[in-house]
Amino acid sequence: MQWPLQIIYFSLFTSLYTSLAQQLPRESMEWRRSYGRAPKMIHLEANFVQFKEELLPKDGNRALLTFPFLHIYWTDCCDTEMYKASVKDDMLRWQSTLRLHGSVDWLIVVVESEAKKKNKTNILPRTSIVDKIRNDFCNKQSDRCVVLSDPLKESSRSQDSWSAFLTKLRTLLLMSFTKNLGRFEDDMRTLREKRTEPGWSFCDYFMVQEELAFVFEMLQQFEDALVQYDELDALFTQYVLNFGAGDGANWLGSFCTPVKRWSGLLLRRPIDMEKRELIQRGEASLLDLRSYLFSRQCTLLIFLQRPWEVTQRALELLHNCVQELRLLEVYVVQGALDCWVFLSCLEVLHRIEGCCDRAQLEANCSHTVGLWTYATEKLKSLGYLCGLVAEKVPTSEDLNRTVDLLAGLGEERPETVNSLQSPYKKLNEALSSVEAFEKHYLELSHAAMEMYRAIGRMRSARLIGKSLAEFYMKKGDPERAEGFLDDSLRSYVAEGWSLQVTHTRKQMAECQKLLQQTEDYLQTSALLAGDANLTVEERKHFCQEILTFASQPPAPSGEHTNTLMAAFAQLRQMQFSPPGAVVHVGAALQLELRVRCLMPVAMQVEQLAATLHFSLEQGGARGRAGSAQRRAGHGPQGQGDGVVLFPQGSPLAGAGMGASLLPALELYEMQDRSPSDSSLTSTGVVCKNMHLLLRRHDSSASLDTPTAGALPAAVAVDDGAQMLRARDITLQPGDNSILFTAPTGEPGSYTLRQLCGSVGRVQFVQSHIYPVVQYEVYSQEPQLTIEPLSDNLLAGIPQKVTFTIATGHYSVKKGDALQLSNTDSMPILHSSCCSATVLSKRMGESALSIQSSEKVTSISLPPTPPYHTLEFQLEVLCHIPPTPFKPDIERLTNGEVRHRPKNHSHADSGMINIDQKVSIDCPWSIYSTLIALTFYVPFKARHSILSAGKRKYIQVCLQNVSDTNFHLADPVLTERQPTVSMELLSLNVKTQQPVCSQQSVFCLWEMRWAKPLPLCLHCAFSASFAPVSFQLDRVSVSIRKTQKTLFFFFFPLKAEISPPSGDQHCRTGALCGLEVSITRQAEPSETEGEEEESTEIEGLRTTKLMYEVVDNSSNWAVCGKSSGVVSMPVAASATHRVQMEVMPLFAGHLPFPNIKVFKYLPHNAVPAIQPDTDSCLENDTISLLDKGLDDQGDTASIRSRGSVHSVGSGEQQRGLPMPRLEPFSPGQVFYWSQGRQVLVLPVTDDHVMEVNVT
Amino acid sequence: MAVCIAVIAKENYPLYIRSVPVQNELKFHYTVHTSLDVVEEKISAVGKAMADQRELYLGLLYPTEDYKVYGYVTNSKVKFVIVADSSNTSLRDNEIRSMFRKLHNSFTDVMCNPFYNPGDTIQSKAFDSMVSAMMVQAS
Repeated sequence: MQWPLQIIYFSLFTSLYTSLAQQLPRESMEWRRSYGRAPKMIHLEANFVQFKEELLPKDGNRALLTFPFLHIYWTDCCDTEMYKASVKDDMLRWQSTLRLHGSVDWLIVVVESEAKKKNKTNILPRTSIVDKIRNDFCNKQSDRCVVLSDPLKESSRSQDSWSAFLTKLRTLLLMSFTKNLGRFEDDMRTLREKRTEPGWSFCDYFMVQEELAFVFEMLQQFEDALVQYDELDALFTQYVLNFGAGDGANWLGSFCTPVKRWSGLLLRRPIDMEKRELIQRGEASLLDLRSYLFSRQCTLLIFLQRPWEVTQRALELLHNCVQELRLLEVYVVQGALDCWVFLSCLEVLHRIEGCCDRAQLEANCSHTVGLWTYATEKLKSLGYLCGLVAEKVPTSEDLNRTVDLLAGLGEERPETVNSLQSPYKKLNEALSSVEAFEKHYLELSHAAMEMYRAIGRMRSARLIGKSLAEFYMKKGDPERAEGFLDDSLRSYVAEGWSLQVTHTRKQMAECQKLLQQTEDYLQTSALLAGDANLTVEERKHFCQEILTFASQPPAPSGEHTNTLMAAFAQLRQMQFSPPGAVVHVGAALQLELRVRCLMPVAMQVEQLAATLHFSLEQGGARGRAGSAQRRAGHGPQGQGDGVVLFPQGSPLAGAGMGASLLPALELYEMQDRSPSDSSLTSTGVVCKNMHLLLRRHDSSASLDTPTAGALPAAVAVDDGAQMLRARDITLQPGDNSILFTAPTGEPGSYTLRQLCGSVGRVQFVQSHIYPVVQYEVYSQEPQLTIEPLSDNLLAGIPQKVTFTIATGHYSVKKGDALQLSNTDSMPILHSSCCSATVLSKRMGESALSIQSSEKVTSISLPPTPPYHTLEFQLEVLCHIPPTPFKPDIERLTNGEVRHRPKNHSHADSGMINIDQKVSIDCPWSIYSTLIALTFYVPFKARHSILSAGKRKYIQVCLQNVSDTNFHLADPVLTERQPTVSMELLSLNVKTQQPVCSQQSVFCLWEMRWAKPLPLCLHCAFSASFAPVSFQLDRVSVSIRKTQKTLFFFFFPLKAEISPPSGDQHCRTGALCGLEVSITRQAEPSETEGEEEESTEIEGLRTTKLMYEVVDNSSNWAVCGKSSGVVSMPVAASATHRVQMEVMPLFAGHLPFPNIKVFKYLPHNAVPAIQPDTDSCLENDTISLLDKGLDDQGDTASIRSRGSVHSVGSGEQQRGLPMPRLEPFSPGQVFYWSQGRQVLVLPVTDDHVMEVNVT
Repeated sequence: MAVCIAVIAKENYPLYIRSVPVQNELKFHYTVHTSLDVVEEKISAVGKAMADQRELYLGLLYPTEDYKVYGYVTNSKVKFVIVADSSNTSLRDNEIRSMFRKLHNSFTDVMCNPFYNPGDTIQSKAFDSMVSAMMVQAS
């Protein structure tokens, strides 16, 4: 319907009317508006109405729709006479009428026609009709008169005048419109301001403002039109709210009348005139007003191409209406509002469908789905109200209610009578029968669910699904309900919404009970019985359900009904005793399991069993306790206390978190050692729960969360051969402790796999125990170790060693004995008070009997059970072997040859150690066990021979290299082959001497001999010693022997400096004679002689010696030969003299120059083995003796003084077959003139200092 | 004032949910849970690039006949949902915003507590009393 602006014309040419009405809106005009509103381009449309006086608005009537905006007077008068005669009067009358009604917007159109002009020739051009009219009517308003020339002709002139006329018409019309609209708006505002006055009526005001909206709509200003309606809407809403706040307006009373009609929105007509009239009459109900208002808004929004706003507003409107009716306390028949909402929803949806294509609709599901859902909800509540949701047919009461509701719908609107799918028809049909209701309800529900799914609102979809499930349950159709419930339950469990889970699960239980899904029902019941959200009574009820089933006679097949354990009880912790969880075969291992029972009452569990997975592990098979312990340290129970804690979290709330939160990484150190020498081959870090971490996390509920749906197949109880079992336990609600005894029959590792509790027919199964719980059983070979009590064993003193026998799997029977092979070097000293200790949980001591025969020491062991430790101590003594050790092989009594004391220096302390191997025959083995004990020799001895003239001394230096302090007593030196001629006179103190750690003691003997001195002497040194801590006791003192070979030949070397002949003293600068005499003191023995480097010269054996005179202090200058080689005959008292010349360089008491003597080995000699310093030497050669020639510094000094070249050590070093020099060992050469001085006088008279005195 | 206030973890499980009157608790749980659909929709509607400047307040999630559900998402994707009675017309958008702000501040305090384990349900008394102050006093 259109409302063009009213233009009232006075005597119009009907021939012009159509073209005028058509062409007027063709061009837009800029419309400038008041109150700073933005100017708009509008097209003006006009309705031309014949002038009638009654059409003119009365005073105060501001109805815009019928308001004449412009008055036009048409005339084609071209005759002055005629004008004067009739037209002018007519125009005057018209004008006065207009003025009477306050209309100032008028226009006079003079239509000129050529044809008429020609007819009237007497027309004066100067005084045309137009001028006259202008003169008469348009004083100052000359534009109010327009000339239109020949509008029906096609001439350019006529067209120009036509378009000029149209422009003029538009301008004037717009001017008038703007002016009148402004006035109208002002009036409207005034009216609105009066709303607080009594008697103000909203309906009246509504009509006024709606008129404005109509005008805007006419001008295609839909936005502005919509604003008018929105303002009305807001005003009304505010009134309702104020009413709610106690500020009631009188006019609202009409809206508070009980609702009698609930026919829903009507959006198919642009204007619902019926309702408009109701409003106009003030008879509209709230629903009528709201419906009308919304239908108008809807129309405008659709004009504005905003259909989705319609749906949104519709939903708001419907919610709002329901609220408002409640607020206004309007009486509505129960269900009437549901009908209204349902119809309205569908009407809006139909309207939207009518103006959008399918693709658009589908793309905008999110906007419509709310309406669909709302409609579904309302239909559902209607269904419940009218008894359509039941297995039975509706009662008569229900039917009455239905009839009442349908009556309120009234007749179907004529617009939709022919439509098959009209909301009216749908509602009528749905309420007509149970079947029809179901059909419609399902259709709506599925449509809404589909839409929710399409836009990804899964939770909303599930909620509808759940209400569908409730519907099916009411209808007694649990099969179809199950799927929806299961779907919802999964999602709630996955997201951890416990209250919903409980609620849905309760419904699920009901459903499963009806479906007789026993296992599932038991599972759900178990979950519900342990659900903290339920009351104790409810929980007890579900618990009773389980017990009732459990107490039923078992199924004929004897099978149990398996249910997940998690619902029934929660594992808290497991504790091993002993805590290491590593035991030997047959040992007692207990496992304490703490279980939190979730049931509300005490449960009698016939059997609680955990199946064990047994694997033969290397560690167990190898029988090494060490390896087993190491493994245990890596295990998850390796906290040291043997406690395995299970991750907590209630099965309900925790499940959601568990599904979304990743389990923590469990990393373990992995070391791979090579089997041969246990060196590290590779090492790394292993993730033990990789299978959990790398699992796909898909959107569907994870399988490990207990759901009420089909149980996973893993619940199957596996029948392990080994089990942990506890029978007839009563599980109290809350924490319970159950003790298992673990089987330890075979070595290997045992892993707990499944936990299964049986209550009658029902088995509660926990298919995996996580974290992994395992224990190990090992088998160990018996072992014997011998360890010293102190850090080091010292040779020579009796010390205790501990024998430890780890019995392992062997049980020591009565009569079992250890057979120790005796060795001479290490006797076992057994005292009578030997006792053995059996280490186990309780200490036991038993006597140990030791029988010693010549070759074997037999220790009979007390009977000891397996896996115990037997300990006893024995005193052993290792003799210090005589030095030097001979690398001989001592045979063991049992014929083994490997027993060989080995000497080598202790790495840091310099102690010599002796590895003493003990061969033991153990009763558990046919082979002997060899155990090495290391003894350290606490002393080191050195000897030296000191000479003083003809006297000889033997000095023995005994160094304590051990950490122990000793007392030393009775040092004795004896000859090996005692000779009468030889006597050793001790110069030592008689008392015992302390020898502290790392200190030395010196002993001295003087040698006295009668006969010629033997060349070589074999002596033995012995002393008693005992640790300081012991009382020095002859018995306990050990003997330490040292064998020495002493050398008693030597060369006394005499040097004599004689002054030059004729002089009494030596004088500086004067050559003196140096005579060196070397004497062989004794003849070497035959045996020793063979080793000597001697040469046969003319049947005479000689030894070559080299002498050298060196003076380091530059006191002497050796003149001539300073060194030389002499041959000494091998005979006692053979003497060799050498003459040399030296010159003192200073005066005073000068020490003698140094004389060195070396053994001279000629070049043809075999590059000899460095003769042992201890071995005997025989040399004949005389030489000067002081230092080794290899001292390069000395050689250089000799050379610098121009002395004779030494018999080159330089060449020797190059490895050529040159003669070699070898120094004598100390004591072999006695240097008589050591320390002697000779007086050298300065040259006295020969030089006179001439002093000239002037 | 609110009839139900919920704090929902990033993973969509409730960290805290409280409603008055208590007998309608289940219904509110359903309402809040379903509102997560709209929350997710609104979050994903904002472009990834704009996520930083996104306003935390999501506005009215959806109205029902009886209740209005408002949403708010922290930057760490913790959701706050406030359910207000539809009949409570005096509640303006600004008040809802300030309620969310208060809620967020209090929640931040809870998270700052070193003894609070992120992801656990909120049991803070301070938070509880703050929520109580925002709730309709059950008469």
